Amino acid sequence: MRPLLLKGHERSLTQVKYNREGDLIFTVAKDKEASIWFSFNGERLGTFIGHGGTIWSIDVDKETFLSATGSADFTAKLWRVETGETVFTFPLDTPVRRVEFNVANDKLLTVTDEVMGFKGSITIFKLNYDDIYNQDTTPVLVVHTKEGFERVTVAGWSYLDKYIIAGHRDGTISKIDAQTGELIDSVKVHDGLVTDLQFSEDRTYFITSSKDKISKILDVDTLKVLKVYETDAPLNSAAITPVKNFVVLGGGQEARDVTTTSANQGKFEARFFHKIFEDEIGRVKGHFGPLNYIAVHPKGTSYASGGEDGYVRVHEFEKSYYDFKYDVEKTAEATANSKLNASDDEE
Amino acid sequence: MALVKPTLEDINVDDIQFDDLEEQFQVPEDRTFEKYCVLDGAPIAPESKVPILTKVLTKFLNQAAPIADLYLPIEDGKTKGFAFVQYESLDAVEKSIKTLSGKKLDVKHRLFLNKFSDIEKYGTSGNVTDEFQEPNLPPFEETDYLKSWLQDESGRDQFILQKAEVTGVFWNKRKDNPEPAVEPRVGWTDRYVKFSPKGTYLFSVHAQGIQAWGGKDFKQLKRFPHPNVRLIDFSPNEKYLVTLSPDPIVLPPDDHPKRASFPFGPESQGHKLVVWEIATGLPVRTFALPPHLENVKEMVWPLLKWSYDDKYVARVGPNALAIYDTTENFALLDKKPVKIDGIVDFEFAPAGVQLASARKQDPLSYVLAYWTPETANQTARVALLDVPSKRVLRTINLFQVSDVKLHWQDDAEYLGVKVDRHTKSKKTIFTNLEFFKLNEKDIPVEKIELKEIVINFQWEPKGDRFITISKLDVANENRSIPKNIITFYAPEISKNKANTLKKWIGFKNIENKFLNTISFSPKGRFVTLSTIGGSATQGSLEFYDLDYAGEKKDTEPENVNAHVKQVGSNQFSGITDVQWDPSGRFVAAWSSFWRHKIENGYRLFDFSGNLLRDELIDEFKAFVWRPRPDSLLTGGDRKKVRKNLREYSAQFDEIDAMEENAATRDLILSRRRLLEEWTSWRSTIESNKEQYGIVESCSINEEEEIIEEIKEEIIEEKEEVVE
Repeated sequence: MRPLLLKGHERSLTQVKYNREGDLIFTVAKDKEASIWFSFNGERLGTFIGHGGTIWSIDVDKETFLSATGSADFTAKLWRVETGETVFTFPLDTPVRRVEFNVANDKLLTVTDEVMGFKGSITIFKLNYDDIYNQDTTPVLVVHTKEGFERVTVAGWSYLDKYIIAGHRDGTISKIDAQTGELIDSVKVHDGLVTDLQFSEDRTYFITSSKDKISKILDVDTLKVLKVYETDAPLNSAAITPVKNFVVLGGGQEARDVTTTSANQGKFEARFFHKIFEDEIGRVKGHFGPLNYIAVHPKGTSYASGGEDGYVRVHEFEKSYYDFKYDVEKTAEATANSKLNASDDEE
Repeated sequence: MALVKPTLEDINVDDIQFDDLEEQFQVPEDRTFEKYCVLDGAPIAPESKVPILTKVLTKFLNQAAPIADLYLPIEDGKTKGFAFVQYESLDAVEKSIKTLSGKKLDVKHRLFLNKFSDIEKYGTSGNVTDEFQEPNLPPFEETDYLKSWLQDESGRDQFILQKAEVTGVFWNKRKDNPEPAVEPRVGWTDRYVKFSPKGTYLFSVHAQGIQAWGGKDFKQLKRFPHPNVRLIDFSPNEKYLVTLSPDPIVLPPDDHPKRASFPFGPESQGHKLVVWEIATGLPVRTFALPPHLENVKEMVWPLLKWSYDDKYVARVGPNALAIYDTTENFALLDKKPVKIDGIVDFEFAPAGVQLASARKQDPLSYVLAYWTPETANQTARVALLDVPSKRVLRTINLFQVSDVKLHWQDDAEYLGVKVDRHTKSKKTIFTNLEFFKLNEKDIPVEKIELKEIVINFQWEPKGDRFITISKLDVANENRSIPKNIITFYAPEISKNKANTLKKWIGFKNIENKFLNTISFSPKGRFVTLSTIGGSATQGSLEFYDLDYAGEKKDTEPENVNAHVKQVGSNQFSGITDVQWDPSGRFVAAWSSFWRHKIENGYRLFDFSGNLLRDELIDEFKAFVWRPRPDSLLTGGDRKKVRKNLREYSAQFDEIDAMEENAATRDLILSRRRLLEEWTSWRSTIESNKEQYGIVESCSINEEEEIIEEIKEEIIEEKEEVVE
């Protein structure tokens, strides 16, 4: 099937997200407006206008009521999805690289950059849903970059909002207590900047991507590397697919090197790997610049990729995608089914 | 008041300070005897002859460097047979000792020149003991069997993969992941690695020098300390190693602790080129770099060329060719170089030559070919020289020559000479090919004249066919249009059997190609043509069979023993190198990080161009096949194998199939294990979840409600009264 091409941004995409139901796609780019699209037909629902600089990150809450954005204009903003109005603006010291609602939907995490003498930090605000226009600008928790660590590039909430998992510029992943901000554990898993960190559905494990061309799956509890996916291009994003045991990786030759190479040498493809066997099973071409972010539909029926080329491509998965199984998987399923049937018979 | 002019007498001399002047004009006293030498072995002459003797000796000594003073001690009215010589500088001392010591003054008198300090050091009794001291020999260390890799049961070949800082030796497993022969090593080499020509040793290049590795586990065998070494080369039978460094050898001072273990003697001071004996790890000869090769951007390499059996080694000097006999301690043949005006290049025959003029029982001859360019009153020449007799066997004269390349055929039956000639206007260049037939009487030469310039020439290994890549030399050519012509040549089958003179004919042309590189299979018959490096072009490979088994078409020539057919091709835009494995079964092509960053990695093909492996590797640097020594099978053995080939191949097919099955089984097993690991890990997490109280947050199981809203919008309302 032809992919939907969402043409609305004037500059390269920075983040793409589905809401919980997967009917809307939220996109932000280096231009100053966020866009919301129907995932079903690619029509634009509307835009959030109000930021004064590149919007680095966007997130939407569970009920698709509020949306949060983080921008290079040193602010994070809350928006009402239904109307597109700015609900509140959190002022910060430096550009905001990441925003994320927690699972319980009462806190907002922001990752701020390290510029102009300010140390990078993870700043967490308490959200007030009773009076959304009146939020507390004093953060409930500020986790500054610790001594001996490089700045945080990405961060997210683990299951039960228990921990905050952060990726650092030098390839380190650290686990922070979400209540106290205490560093629990850290492990260096990459040789380059950690570009993305996305959780599994139940937030018990997560996938990282890095400029070192490698993507890894780590266990939240132990920070043990479970899986490694090696590619031949710097990676900007990695996502785990529900339903099927796959991961989708996106990246490509660095944007600054792109002019020196032709399209097929730039490796601007979304790569599908088998999550468990670590084999590459397919690639999807289309973008003519590196892929900056990949998001998978929460029901695992499609994926959206935002590229340096300014386009968002939404690919619906076809039958062959669902049918694809390794022989080993088929046998395992067959044995599991027969066992299930056997136990049914007993009852 | 009147001024009183002071007179000289008024100045008190004692008051004047002369310190500054004294300091300025002080003559340093030379208290050492560094600049003095002792000359021994001079004639003993009566006092009356001293002036004449002084004159003779002064003249003799001045040959090397001007002397400052000469003193002949006299006792009982006679000279004592030695003299003291004073030099101006230390350099002069060194130079004089080097050039003059041991030389003959006349028939009866041989003169020895030694440093005064040396006489004192070694000549004083007691300083050097008279007792013989047994040199301390290091205990014999047994190495692994160095040819163990040849005993591989399935006759596989080894290769090296070099990626970033990691270098590893692997067994070729065709389609499967190569099997490491040893654990890949980080920092095994600082630059590159090279195998010796028969594959016995592996050499790694480091800032301090070269290291040799070998045996089953690639243990370190020998070190060849040569600081900052860049280029290395070997004699064909891997007896000698040649190294070149841009830094000259500098001897540490005599009293330096490193002096004792320093491998080079004073005669190597300032030299850059070193020949080592591989087995002992000791330098056997060093050479200074010829002045015209100092600071050149692209070094001519190898500088030393060897005869097929390592007996002779030669190098080009200004207007001369220096040939050394390795069996005579690397002494110059007849103690002098062969004078050849303007010699540019030469090549030794890669095998012993059976000259028609030699008798059957004579040993095979050593032959080398050289060429000299055109000068004002002489034509350019290509000549064959017999070694060690230095007899010129055959010369051809050429004119309007731009360049000459010498291509020996493997068995040294033929010498192909590619002569690039220019038109009188010097605007365009075209090529003539000249062939010396060394086994025939008087060494006849055959000529093929072409309109094009040949950019590549290659003999079929052990064969008598060759391939050229040529193109018309046009000004302002458009590089994006393929213009290269590939021509296959073979000897014409002559009907008249008495006529043994072969004539080569270009029996097949492939035109308008980008292909620019020829790589023949080491066993002949198959050839890979590739496009490497062109700017607008895409890298590619094409595989040809020269003895294709199918029926010849009518248009194809019948008078040659060949039937060319393309059997495969592959696009590989990043390709930088192509190399056949030593058995002629596989071809490796790779894209090296040293050249560019495009598509770094390697591809492995079988001999007919079927792609077996395609691996993209970041910072992939090099692929090196391990060479093999020549086969020990006799012609008869080989015939037997060929006859029973079907039986053998059936046997091997079986092994291949079994191996493939094993590989598949392993893969399935490993996948099953992975899946099990994952499910068990997930189930522990799932069970923990309840403990944690995780509420399922995913929305898959939630009921979905599709609300379709139909909005009607009235765009326009018009009321029209119909009359």
